[in-house]
Amino acid sequence: MTIAAVQSDPTPAILPGSGGMRGALSDLFWRRPKFLLTLMLAPPLLWLGIVYIGSLFALLAQSFFSIDEFSGLINREFTLKTYGDLLQAANLDIILRTVTMAALVTLASAIIAFPIAYYAARYARGRWKALFYLGVMLPLWSSYLVKIYAWKLILAKEGILTWLLAKLNLLWLLDAWLSLPIVGGNSLSVSFTGTFIVFVYVWLPFMILPVQAALERVPGNLVEASSDLGASPGQTFRNVLFPLALPGIVAGSIFTFSLTLGDYIIPQIIGTSRLFIGQAVYSQQGTAGNIPLAAAFTVVPIVIMGFYLWGAKRMGAFDAL
Amino acid sequence: MTSAVSFKQVSRHFGSVRAVDAVDLEIAPGEFFAMLGPSGSGKTTCLRLIAGFEQPTAGSIFIFGERAEGVPPYRRNVNTVFQDYALFPHLNVLDNVAYGLMVKGVGKAERLKAAEEALSLVRLPGYGARRPGQLSGGQRQRVALARALVNQPKVLLLDEPLGALDLKLRENMQEELKSLQKALGITFVFVTHDQGEALSMADRVAVFNDGRIMQVGTPEDIYQRPNTRFVADFVGSSNVLPPDFVQRYSGQHRWGSLRPESIRVSSATSGDGVAARLVGTNYLGATTRLALDAEGLRLHAVVPAGTSLPAEGEAVMLTFNRDSLHLMDETA
Repeated sequence: MTIAAVQSDPTPAILPGSGGMRGALSDLFWRRPKFLLTLMLAPPLLWLGIVYIGSLFALLAQSFFSIDEFSGLINREFTLKTYGDLLQAANLDIILRTVTMAALVTLASAIIAFPIAYYAARYARGRWKALFYLGVMLPLWSSYLVKIYAWKLILAKEGILTWLLAKLNLLWLLDAWLSLPIVGGNSLSVSFTGTFIVFVYVWLPFMILPVQAALERVPGNLVEASSDLGASPGQTFRNVLFPLALPGIVAGSIFTFSLTLGDYIIPQIIGTSRLFIGQAVYSQQGTAGNIPLAAAFTVVPIVIMGFYLWGAKRMGAFDAL
Repeated sequence: MTSAVSFKQVSRHFGSVRAVDAVDLEIAPGEFFAMLGPSGSGKTTCLRLIAGFEQPTAGSIFIFGERAEGVPPYRRNVNTVFQDYALFPHLNVLDNVAYGLMVKGVGKAERLKAAEEALSLVRLPGYGARRPGQLSGGQRQRVALARALVNQPKVLLLDEPLGALDLKLRENMQEELKSLQKALGITFVFVTHDQGEALSMADRVAVFNDGRIMQVGTPEDIYQRPNTRFVADFVGSSNVLPPDFVQRYSGQHRWGSLRPESIRVSSATSGDGVAARLVGTNYLGATTRLALDAEGLRLHAVVPAGTSLPAEGEAVMLTFNRDSLHLMDETA
């Protein structure tokens, strides 16, 4: 009875095509998925390959030219003379200063980011999680310059930080710190300490988010399993959490490290008059008009990042991926 | 003799949810003990209370006579085989197994040797260099077992360890776990929702429901003499008989249970027995399961394969031995 009813059902087993260009295209894409993939990937690949990487190589090529010191004209012949200039003591100072700053900023960001990311990944749910994302992202929505000038006011001698420390009778601590060589200065806003604080503040979200994403992927029962097998919380952190979060920390440190290496605005507004790589590039290509040296300076962060990633890979940072 | 694990009026409440409610429990040393129950019945919470992942809201827990409340998991000589194994993805199999010894400070050569031995114990020798991700489900399960056993725990906890395995593998592992437990003499506490698994492996079974233990006993006790309707219904698929029905055959007004295999089905339409109608047959291989309707009461019978059966919808006569009708403690 029911079988007869099904057999006389007029619905066909295969539906007709929807017809027209769109129908034909849909069927084509379904039959040749690689064709669709190629269509989707071609524009961004062209953009990356030609506009982005192409111009980067054009820039790098400039570093093998040299500048004629009398005329100020660029001599378009292959030479390593510019790299010779780069290795002068004053320039090496700039490189060393920038790399040290970038390393310290990265380290501090990782240390500050980890507990925040851990809380967000492990405990925050629903509303608290939304608040976490808002809290981390909100600083990224406001203008970078506004934030830096705000920090200049906060760190200034007449700023709120000095006022607060005075109220807490801790001004001696600040004065003691500022009287130290290298990290000290007249006030925080004209010291390397100030530069460091602002770098950490500005780049922190770029560390928190990847670390949080990495921790999010660590199943909670791995922590329980470690504890079950006799590991104290410290041992669990060293043997399970940290190695599994390491890809996230490395990803975050690529941001904090390379952004610090290349930034020229923060050290110009907050800190001493001594240059960082970004400022050197800025002044070489601008006022000095020495494009080859500026290009050679930009090669430095690229080479450093290359070594950094190579070292991270050798340390097994990506094994847990 | 001190119990391996002892619960005294243990409760674990999550807000208004009573995951475990005033549970008393004694597990003997060297016993293979199963906690059986539907999901959400509190059996896993009990296991986590023994492991130390949860702390009781009330009551006290003793492990080999020592109080366990407030003691963190890493100070309990108890190890767990997790439901989804929880192997460390960044360590190879050997380092996974050696993990417990490593955090205890055992030297590298010694702990790797012990780990290799534990791997041979679970019949995975030579798999040490692989990553957990390169193993099959059954192999991961064995690694998890080796990782727990290498620490020579006083109590081994197993949280639905066979749940993710296919039937054939599960049956093999059941046998292996049982012989392993016999050989090592370690107390095994095993959580499962599979009554067949509990009955076939355990020395004793505790049946959980709604955060309470309904019955504790040997598999035979639980299977043949369930004390409540819940146990009768959950453990296997016993026919639960209402008091009015039971009174006709035993003279007592109490709930009863009747195993499906103790019902005999004949196509006679008159004579002694319960008149019923055959409403369905399920072929199960070695046996056939019959669904019967006895004046509105749904009954199941299991008959050996090959028995000649009446057609569906026909009237049949059911008979059973009075002795096989079990009266439950639960009042009507």
